[in-house]
Amino acid sequence: MNTMQRSGSGSLQSPRSSSSQAPFLSVSVTDPAKMGNGVQAYISYKVITKTNLPEYQGNEKIVIRRYSDFVWLHDRLFEKYKGIFIPPLPEKSTVGHFEIIIIYLLAEKFRFSAEFIEMRRQALDVFVNRIASHHELRQSDDLRIFLQADEQTMDRARFQETGIFKKKPADLIQIFKDVQSKVSDVVLGKEKPVEESTPEYEKMKNYIFELEDHLAEAQKHAYRLVKRHRELGESLSEFGKAVKLLGTCDDDALGKAFSELGAKAEIISIKLQKEAHHLLMNFEEPLKDYVRAVQSIKATIAERATAFKKQCELAETIKFKEIDLNKYRLTRSEKLAEAEREYEMLKAEGEETSRRFDTIVRLMNEEIARFQEQKTSDMGLAFHEFAKGQARLSNGIADAWRSLLPKLEAHSS
Amino acid sequence: MMGYENQESHLYASKEEMESLVLDDDSPNGTAHPFSDPLSSSSSLPFAEIPTDQSQTPNSSFNSILEPPSYAEAIFRSFDADHSSPQLNGAHDHSIASPSSPPSSDDFLTITVSDPQKEQELSNSLVPGGTAYVTYLITTRTNLPEFDGTEFSVRRRFRDVVTLSDRLAESYRGFFIPLRPDKSVVESQVMQKQEFLEQRRAALEKYLRRLAAHPVIRRSEELRMFLEANGKLPLVRTTDVASRMLDGAVQLPKQIFGETAGGMVDANEVAQPAKGGRDLLRIFRELKQSVSNDWGGVKPPVVEEDKELVEKKQKLHDFEQQLSNVSQQAEALVKAQQDIGETMGQMGLAFVKLTKFETERAVYDSQRTRAADMKNVATASVKASRLYRELNAQTVKHLDKLHEYLGVMLAVNNAFSDRSSALLTVQTLLSELSSLNSRIEKLEAAASKIFGGDRSRIRKIEELKETHRVTEDAKSSAVKEYERIKENNKNELERFEKERHDDFLGMLRGFIVNQAGYAEKMANVWKTVAEETSGYAKHGS
Repeated sequence: MNTMQRSGSGSLQSPRSSSSQAPFLSVSVTDPAKMGNGVQAYISYKVITKTNLPEYQGNEKIVIRRYSDFVWLHDRLFEKYKGIFIPPLPEKSTVGHFEIIIIYLLAEKFRFSAEFIEMRRQALDVFVNRIASHHELRQSDDLRIFLQADEQTMDRARFQETGIFKKKPADLIQIFKDVQSKVSDVVLGKEKPVEESTPEYEKMKNYIFELEDHLAEAQKHAYRLVKRHRELGESLSEFGKAVKLLGTCDDDALGKAFSELGAKAEIISIKLQKEAHHLLMNFEEPLKDYVRAVQSIKATIAERATAFKKQCELAETIKFKEIDLNKYRLTRSEKLAEAEREYEMLKAEGEETSRRFDTIVRLMNEEIARFQEQKTSDMGLAFHEFAKGQARLSNGIADAWRSLLPKLEAHSS
Repeated sequence: MMGYENQESHLYASKEEMESLVLDDDSPNGTAHPFSDPLSSSSSLPFAEIPTDQSQTPNSSFNSILEPPSYAEAIFRSFDADHSSPQLNGAHDHSIASPSSPPSSDDFLTITVSDPQKEQELSNSLVPGGTAYVTYLITTRTNLPEFDGTEFSVRRRFRDVVTLSDRLAESYRGFFIPLRPDKSVVESQVMQKQEFLEQRRAALEKYLRRLAAHPVIRRSEELRMFLEANGKLPLVRTTDVASRMLDGAVQLPKQIFGETAGGMVDANEVAQPAKGGRDLLRIFRELKQSVSNDWGGVKPPVVEEDKELVEKKQKLHDFEQQLSNVSQQAEALVKAQQDIGETMGQMGLAFVKLTKFETERAVYDSQRTRAADMKNVATASVKASRLYRELNAQTVKHLDKLHEYLGVMLAVNNAFSDRSSALLTVQTLLSELSSLNSRIEKLEAAASKIFGGDRSRIRKIEELKETHRVTEDAKSSAVKEYERIKENNKNELERFEKERHDDFLGMLRGFIVNQAGYAEKMANVWKTVAEETSGYAKHGS
C-alpha cells in the first residue's frame, strides 16, 4: 500500500533503489500574483520543483504557470493515461458552485478576492502533488514539460492544444465515420447499446453515479454552513453594537454591564468569521475535491465505454472481413491478396485495441482501490479539521461569555 | 408585539424530524439502536422512508423512538427560576410554575387563562339569532385578603378586558399600567381560528399576570371584580363615542351659553381628562389653552419642575429608542442562530445518508472505515443542531425581556400623558378664572359709575362671582389631582428604575449563562469527534 500524501512534498520511496540517495520529486505551487489588466487579467503561480531524478534538469527549478497551463496538463494526462483517475482540477465542477460561477462571471472583484485565490492555489498545489505522487503519472513527459519548460514553450504547447485544430486529421475522419455509422444504425434500426455489463462493473458504475449525488448534497450543506457562520458572526456583531449603545443610556452598573456584553459580542463575532474561513478551506473544499474526484472517475468510465465499444465494433468488422476472406478464397478472387493484407491489419488493430481496453480495466481496478483509500484519509483529515475547528470555536465562545460573569456579579451586588 | 411565540412554535415543529432521528451513545435510555451498528442487517429499517430527492427541509419520517434529553430543562432550569419574569408561554412549559413575583414573599395572586368557548349573545337587536363571541376561563389562586375566596374561576370575554383596562386607566392615572392586548379585529378574520384563539389566550394571560405583578394595581377593586365577580362584569362599560356625542350635542348649547348650570363645572368631572361627546366644550377650551401655552402665552402660576421632568423624559426616550434597536438586532440574532442550527442538522442528515450508502455498497475496508468516521460526524452534527435549537429557545425567553420593556415604555408614556393632561386642565381652569376676574372687574368698574348701581349689571356680577367660586373649587380639585398624579409618576418611576435595573441584569446574566452553557456542550460533542479522528492528523502536512 502506498501512503499517499496530500500537499507539501510529494516525495516517494522506490524500494528497489540501491543508490545512496532515494529518488524524490517535490513540487509546490505558491505566490499567486495578478497579471495584466481588465478582462484579460489572470493569476500566475510559482511552481517550484525540487528533485534528484535524472530526467529533470538540475535540483531545483522555478517556473511561472497560469490556470490554463494546469488545464493543459490535466487534459494531456487524461488523453494518455486512460484508465487512471486523473486528479481533478478546481473550478471544473459545477456542483455547489453555481453561486460562485455567477459571481465569477459578473464580478471581477470576486475573481481576485483573496479567499478565492488562496482556495485555488491550494487546490492546484494538491493537484500537482497528486500527479507527482502517482507511480505512473509522475513519469509522464507532459509533467516534465509542465514543471520545467520555459514560459514561451509552455505557451506554445498550450496554444496548440486549445486551438481549434487540436484534433489530427485522422481523428477527424474517424469522428466523422463514427457519426455516419451511428446515423445509419439508427436509421436501419440496428441501434443497440454496446456496453459492458459484468455485474461487478455495473455495481461500480452505479455506486459512482449515486455517490456523486450524495456527495453533492453534503457539500451543498457544508457550503451553506460556512455562510451561516458568517451570518451569525455579523448578526452578533450588530447585536453587540446595539447593546453598547443601550449601555450609554445609563451611567451606572447596568450601563457598564451592557457595554461589556456588547464588546464581548463583537469579539465573539470575529471568532465566528475566522471559523467560517477555516471551515471553508479545511472542510468544504475537501468535500468539493471529493466531488471532483468522482466526476473524474465518471470521465474515465466514459473512456472505458468508448474503448469497449471500439473493441466490439472492431471485432465485428474483423468477423465480416473473415467471411469476405473465405468467400474470396473459395472463388479465388484477385481481391484475396489485398483482403488478406487488410485482414492482418485489422487483426493487429484489434489486438492493440483489446490491449488498450484490458489496460484500462486493469488500471481502473487498481485505481478504484487506491481512490477509496485516498478518500478515507482525505475525508478523515477533513472531519478531524471540522471537529477541531468547531470545538475550538465553541470553547472560545464559552470562555468569552464566562469571563463576563464575575463582572456581572460585581454589578449586581 | 413580536412574533416570538410564532418563532418558538416553528422551532418546536421542526423538532420532530431531528428528535426522531435515532442516535446512540448518550441518549439516557441506553437502548441499543439499530443505527449504532451500521453493519447489522436491521440497519436498513430506520432509513426505509428516506426520500431520495432532497428538498429544502427533508420532511423525512424517521422512526421516532424516544425523546432525546433536553439539556436546557435539566441544566438551565435553575437559571429560569432565578428569573422573576413569569412564564410567558404557559402552554409549552407546564413543568415550570408561573410565579408572578409578589412584593411581599407570602402574598400570591396567580392567574391562568384557558378554555376558549364560543357563546351566543342573546341580543335585543333586530338581527335574529344574535352574534357569537368567545369567552375565556379565568382561574385565580390567591391568598390576598381583598378576595372572597382562595381559588375561583369566572368567564370573561375580550370586551370585558377592554372595560377593565379603561377603568384602570381612569382610576390609576399616573401609574405605569401594563397595556392590554390589541383588539386586532382584522387579523382575527384572516388568521386561522385556532391560531387566533391561542394567541389571544396567551396575550390575555400575559396581561392579567402583569396586572397581578403590579404592587398597587393587584389590589385594585377593578381587578378584583374582574377576577371574582360572577356573571356579568359589574364594571360600568365605557359608553361608546356615538352615544356620548349625542349626549354632548344636547349639553353643548347649554354649556356654550353658560345657562342653567352657568357653565358650572362638576368637581368630579374635573378629575377626569376631557373625553369625547359630553366634554366637547371642555376639549375646545383645553385645546385653546394648550395652543396659547405653546405660543408662549400665559405662564401658569403652577410650578412645574420642568427641567427635571424634561430631562427624565428625554433620558427615557433615548432608552426606549436604543431598546427598540437592541430588540431588532436580538430578533436577527435569534434568526441567525436558528439558521445555523438548521443547516447543521441538514448537513448531518446528508452525512447520515452518505454513511448508509457507503456501508451498504462497501467493497473495500477503507470504505467501511470512512463510513464509521462519517457516522461520528453525522451524529455530532445532528446533536449540535439540537443544541442550537435549545439554545435558541432559551435565548428567546431571555431576550423577551427586551420586548416586555418596550411595552412598559408605552405604559410610562401613558403615565406622563396623564400628567400633561392634568396639568392642562389646571391651566385651562386658571385662565378661565383670570378671565372671569377681569370680566367681574370691568362690570364692577362700569356699575360703580352709575349711582345706585345698575340692577342688571349687579345681577350679572353676582352670577359671575358664583361661577368664579365654582370654578375656584374645580381648580383646587384639578390641582389636587395633578399633584396626585405627579406623586404617582414619581413613585412609579422609582419602582420602574429599580425593576429595570434588576430585570436587565437578570436578563444579561441569563443570556450569558445560556450562551456559555450551550457552547460548552457543543465543544464537548466536537471534542469527542476530533479525538476519534485524530489519527488522520498525523498524515500530510
